Amino acid sequence: MPAPTIDASAVKVLNRAELTKRLVAKLARDEAVVAGIGNTNFDLYAAGHRPQNFYMLGSMGLACPIAFGVALAQPERGVIALEGAGSILMALGCLTTIGMVKPRNLTIVIMDNGIYQITGKQKAATATSADIVAIARGAGITNSHWVRDEDHFEELVSRRFDDGGPVLLAAKIDDKPGTAQTVRDPPLIRNRFMRGLGTGRASALDA
Amino acid sequence: MAWADTFLRTLKENDVRLVTYVPDNVLTPLIDGAAADNYFMSIGATREDEAVGTLAGAYMGGLRGVAMMQTSGFALIANALASLIVPYQIPAIIAVSERGTLGEFNIGQVAVARTMRPTLDAIAVAHHTLTDEATMPFIVDKLIKQAFTTQSPVVFIFSPLLTGGNPAAAAKLR
Repeated sequence: MPAPTIDASAVKVLNRAELTKRLVAKLARDEAVVAGIGNTNFDLYAAGHRPQNFYMLGSMGLACPIAFGVALAQPERGVIALEGAGSILMALGCLTTIGMVKPRNLTIVIMDNGIYQITGKQKAATATSADIVAIARGAGITNSHWVRDEDHFEELVSRRFDDGGPVLLAAKIDDKPGTAQTVRDPPLIRNRFMRGLGTGRASALDA
Repeated sequence: MAWADTFLRTLKENDVRLVTYVPDNVLTPLIDGAAADNYFMSIGATREDEAVGTLAGAYMGGLRGVAMMQTSGFALIANALASLIVPYQIPAIIAVSERGTLGEFNIGQVAVARTMRPTLDAIAVAHHTLTDEATMPFIVDKLIKQAFTTQSPVVFIFSPLLTGGNPAAAAKLR
């Protein structure tokens, strides 16, 4: 039984690396991008590092809360959370917080392949019954949509950074693994991200 | 409550503006006090790890924050501490009301309370138990400054000696 808000004939199965590249190519205002554990951040890294990228190496499920925190701290910057379906299923409560507070500058992108790809392709509830867009709308993120195809995705991520947010976009993707391995150095990742956001400590070591 | 006023004042003196919390009886004076004060941005979270994640993002965006929770909620954040806050060196300020001791009526709270300090010690997170109003301003101020200066988290454990414990406990103890 397909999930309720999906018209399967109208939703193309996309590819995470390709979508991520298209997203990064559309970023023109130093938007912050927070990518969840595993494939989501591997493909963000593969799309070409930017100073405003944050890569999670643990804390599964916290990409949206972290991005939400950045959005609260910097309301004049667009903030994007990239998260997998399995990860967001672990942290559905945060959607209700975001739906309540409604940060206008936050966009959430959920990559939904219906499996826990990286741990052995075990099936996720989104493969059969759970509908991320319906869940997000029910949580108060009314501006939530299934991505129809690549062009539709580009159109949706091209909005003004604070127009109609928070926004949640869910894309049905294939089962391909991530295309790179992110550098595993958390203090370096945090330090570079903060410098990208203009909040890092400056010192002679930066030279 | 004087202890709550003191804690909130010390947060202000250290530019800690974001308050993320999961509701708790004992910490109600803190949570309500922050909500009633326009200086603070109060965000009620659905889980304690969500509160910690939000404050991590806010810190990196330039907004200092504190996460408030009770002892059993602390038990939910081991992974957020060990795989986000500690390795990324994020100076998270965490306030935990201490349940499970000095007049606890709920055996579930007693057992989970025993996991708190060993967990913090295992991942080398600084913690201090607040028991006394008089020494609070010094302890809280110095440890918050230490956290931001050394890029490390700190956990304040609010003892029943300070707070009087859970207001609902007296009627249930015999």
